[in-house]
Order: sequence, then C-alpha cells, then structure tokens
Amino acid sequence: MHKLSARLRALPHEAGLALLTVLLLALVTSAFPRFLTVDNVKSLFDDTALLIMLAVGEMFVLLTRSVDLSVAANAALTGMVVALFNAHHPGAGIVPVLIIAVVMGGALGLINGLLVWRVNIPSIVVTLGTLSVYRGCVYVVSGGAWVNSGQMSPFFLGFVRVPILGISVLSWIGIIVAVLAYLFLRYTVPGRNLYAAGNNPNAAAYAGIDVGRMQCMAFVLSGAIAGLAGYLWVARFAVAYTDIASGFELQVIAACVIGGVSITGGVGGVVGVVLGGLFLGIIKNALPVVGISPFFQMAVSGLVITIAVILNAGTYRKSHGRKILERAEAGP
Amino acid sequence: MDRRGFIKTTAAMAGVAAIPAAFALPARAAGEIRLGLVAKSLGNGFFVAVDKGAEEAAKQIGNVKVIFTGPTSTTAEGQIEVIQSLIDQHVDAIAISANDPDALVPICKRAMARGIKVMSYDSAVSPAGRIVHLAPSSDELIGEALDKLAAASLPGGKGQIALVSATPTSTNQNAWIAVMKQHLSQYPGLDLVATTYGNDLADDSYREATALLQKYPHLKVIVSPSSVGIVASAKAVEDAKKVGQVYVTGLGLPSECAGHVMAGSIKEFAIWNPIDLGYSVTYVAVDLVKGMKGPGNSLPAGKMGKIAFNSDGIGAMAVPFTYDKSNVEQFAKVF
Repeated sequence: MHKLSARLRALPHEAGLALLTVLLLALVTSAFPRFLTVDNVKSLFDDTALLIMLAVGEMFVLLTRSVDLSVAANAALTGMVVALFNAHHPGAGIVPVLIIAVVMGGALGLINGLLVWRVNIPSIVVTLGTLSVYRGCVYVVSGGAWVNSGQMSPFFLGFVRVPILGISVLSWIGIIVAVLAYLFLRYTVPGRNLYAAGNNPNAAAYAGIDVGRMQCMAFVLSGAIAGLAGYLWVARFAVAYTDIASGFELQVIAACVIGGVSITGGVGGVVGVVLGGLFLGIIKNALPVVGISPFFQMAVSGLVITIAVILNAGTYRKSHGRKILERAEAGP
Repeated sequence: MDRRGFIKTTAAMAGVAAIPAAFALPARAAGEIRLGLVAKSLGNGFFVAVDKGAEEAAKQIGNVKVIFTGPTSTTAEGQIEVIQSLIDQHVDAIAISANDPDALVPICKRAMARGIKVMSYDSAVSPAGRIVHLAPSSDELIGEALDKLAAASLPGGKGQIALVSATPTSTNQNAWIAVMKQHLSQYPGLDLVATTYGNDLADDSYREATALLQKYPHLKVIVSPSSVGIVASAKAVEDAKKVGQVYVTGLGLPSECAGHVMAGSIKEFAIWNPIDLGYSVTYVAVDLVKGMKGPGNSLPAGKMGKIAFNSDGIGAMAVPFTYDKSNVEQFAKVF
C-alpha cells in the first residue's frame, strides 16, 4: 500500500512533463503537419539522442549536489582526439575509437571528480576551469585546423547511421545509455548512494557513504558519457572543429532542470531527463519549420523552456527527494 | 616584457630610429626589394598558400625576396614583435593580415616613419597604419558570385533556392546576402524561398538545412555563405538521401568541402584563392616600393590585371575563385 502511494507521489512530475511534451508536439504538428512523418521523427530522435545522453550524465552529477559545466568541452576535446586518431589510423576499426572515446572522456571526468573530492573545490569552480582547459586543448591538439569528412573513414562516419530495426545506432546508443542509467540508479547500491549523498550529505556520511567519492564517481560517469557523445557528435555532423558543441552545456543542464532534476541535489530520475531532452529537442527541431522568424527563435525557445519549468514547479516542490529505503511491511 | 619595459624600449627605439634610417637604407645591397609577409599565425594552411603565391610573384618580378613570418598564435602582441623584427631587418615593404586593426597601428606607423611601405591584406589594419588594404574580394563581388553559384547548381537555371547563413547579426554574411538579393533580378530562374541562420555551428546549421528540406520539398539548391554552414548543409542533404536532387553551394575551404564534392552533394563552391592573394600582395607591395601611389589609383598586379584602390586605400582583388570536382583535390592539399 505504501509502495503504491509512494509511486503515485513520484508520478505527477513525469506525467505532467509527458503531457506538456505531447501538447507541444500537437501544437507544432498543427502548424506544420509534416513534422510527424516517420523520417522526421527518426531524425528528431537522432538529434535528441546526444542531448539525452549528455543530460543523463549531467543528472548523475546534479544528484550529488554538484554541477558539471565541462560536459560539452569534454565532448569537443574527445571528439577531436578520436577524429585525429581516425585520420592518422584510418584502418583501425570502430572498437578502438569507442574505447578511446569512453576512456578519455572518463579520464577528463576523473580530473573534475578528483579536484572536487580530494582538493575540495566547489564543482562549479572546478568545471568552469576545466571547461576552458578542455576547450583550449581542442586548439592545442588540432592546431586550430578542422578534421573534415574527407579525412574520416567510412566506418567512422557510417557507424552511427547503421539502421537496426529501423532506428539508427546513434538513437540506440541513446536508448541504451538511458536504460542502463535507470537500472543503475534503481537497482544498485552505488546508484542509491548517489541520491543519498546529494539529498542529505551529513546523514549519508553517518550512514557510511563517502559523499566525495560519490561525487567523483558521478563526474567519471558524466565524463565517460560525454566522451562517447563526442565521438557520436563528430561522426553525425561529419566534421571536427574547435567549436564542437559550443555552449551545449547550458542545453544539457536545461534538459535536466525541465526533467525535474533538482540543482540542489538528491532529486531526479532518468525518465524525467529523457522527457526533458525530448521536449528541448522538439523545440529545437520545430522552430525552423513552423515559420518563426530566426530573430525571435532564441527568445521563443527561452520562453517555452521557462513556461515548462514554471508549470512543473508545482510538482517540483512537492517531491522531497527519493525515498531510498522503503518502509518494510509489518509481518503477520 | 612588462608594460613599462615595453614603453621604455619603444621610446628608446623611436629616438634611435631617425639615425639608422638615414644611412642604413642606402648602405644596403642595391636593387633587391625585400618584402616582409606577415601571417595571422604560422601553421595555418591559408597563409602557407598565400606565401606560395607571393614566391611565385617574386620570381616573376625578379630580384624580390619574400620573408614569410608571423606569430605562433593569432595575437596582435605577437604580430607587433614580428613587425618590430622586420623593421630591424630593414625590409622595404611589410604586408600584414592583422589580428587586430587598431593595436597594430602604432608599430605600423613606426615602420612607415622609417620609409617602409606598409600594407594590409585579407584582414585590414586601420587606415592610419597602412597605405593600402588589399581585400581578397568585396561584398559586391561575393554577393554576385553567390547568385552565379546558385544558378550554376540549378538544373536548367530554374528552381527554389534557400540560404543557410551564419548568425542573424554577422556583418559580412548580411552584406553579401544584401548584394545577392539586389542582383537576384538578373537571374529570373532563381526563387529564393527562405533565409535561415545556422549560427556558424555545425549542429544548428545541420538542423536548419534539414528543416529546409522538409519544409520545401521542391527545393533545389541550398546556398551557404558560411564555411561551417556549407559542410553541415551538405551532410544534411547526404543524410536525407537527396544527393542529386538538392545541391549545396556557397563559400567554403577546399579541404573542408572536398569530401562533399566527391559525395556529390556539392557541385561547386567558391572562396578567394589564397595563392592569387599572395601573388597580388607581392605585386602591389613592389609597386608601392617603386614609388607608385596607392589610394585613388589602380596598381598593376601581373596576371591578376590592375587592382583599383579607392581613396581610403581599399582595393578588392577578384571575384571568389570557383572550385569543383576538377580542382578541389589539388587545392584541398593547400588549404
């Protein structure tokens, strides 16, 4: 019984957001009926997969009362490095590329994590710094030059586009990351500890959870996902240049916030983040086709996001974090 | 060097400048004209190509030595040091692609005070700091070229075209598009249906191009006067499997567009030819050293013909050079 009521209390935010997303979709489709064609929806998923992946990574960090501003810069640096690797070793195949992307992204995340955990610097300061460092390193490794589609191997560009059951590998990777993140947070001890560390660090510490270590782990996860997203980004747009994903960290954080992740830690879930990412993705893809002047697009997208957050604020306040231990039913 | 040290050195040099300038110049080996060619930064393929053209012109004119140099990063401070060292080497002319139009003015003035002919190319120095500026092209020439490119990519010269520009506030792109629209009446087959902005970002440009393909099923050509926009649009056309139905054209670098030309999404595109630019810069610099007046005059530039400079000293070299399947690979190696 308690289980059910807890579920119901947890439901409204995601349900409300899902309703908003459907409403937005209906609005767009009424203005531009071809928005809902199969091809268009596929390309919408492709476009949103990157945002959702990065937002899921960001959520891990936000849950621990930290913030990772360096995700986009991490993706840019890792994307550039794998593009250069591919340009110099065109026959290496996809496996080393994926390994480099994930390991390097994770390592860059680990730098953030160690600075937060061991050196005890606030995460916003650490990642604001590493944002510039990573972005600057893109110039260093590339010398400011682009890696162009002509220099990339067919497998490097083609991997993300292979359709499996009608959906591209890029979309599948987005789905897999989201599902794994859901299972991790729901069914593993470290996943639950992330919530505890952010929701009430003092209590968590008394319960034997190393809060700093949880933060560090969140940064590594966020970094590894960002690294993978870096490769996917470069392969999708077929160019690696210094401004890859420039300013994208703000959209990533916006997707989390719309999805109901609290920036004060401990609150949020994968379902919300996926919906938040989709919501933003629909706005980004709809604005060019519904005929809003390009001069107003930025303001309109900001307005829609703000409205979404305000509409969600009601359910937002009600939730007091996730209950980690559900009350055991009294025995017979 | 800290600021005070710098000012001291500068003052000292300004004081000494008058003396060596008086007798150092005649003491030099007669005849040879030395040109200091300053890049925005070293290691940039564009400027390597500029140098290639300069060497070609130097050989053609004869008895001209090109000293190709530049800072390691694109900073005005770095260029000031480089120009100072060129002054110390007593070159006859300096041509600069400026990292900052105003910061270089004092050092350029000092060079001119010592009889060195200073000009800028590609990226201008403010009028006070140079005799002439050679732009690779002009808004007028580029705007017209965009119309021509669009018409050339249209089968039969008739159909819908759309623009994927940089940001709504990009000065250059807006000026080009304004000229393009102005001359559109000369191309009755061109039907410009939309102007969109990809903000010089690959993802935004890709999204805008994809939206254009959805919104205008009969669209024939996407024109992008942005080097990011043209490759992103080309990729969007390839991903939408519309190669052969929709062509992308505009301004881009050969190395960046080569893959898409081979894939068939770009038939032809244009950009100024840096080799020709270096060639023209060398001719113009030598003209100035030989005592010809720049502003309000036309200066001969070898195979490029005469280049007209207005009263502010600004001249435009030529219409952007068109690249296609036949020459893109060759230029892709250069820049």
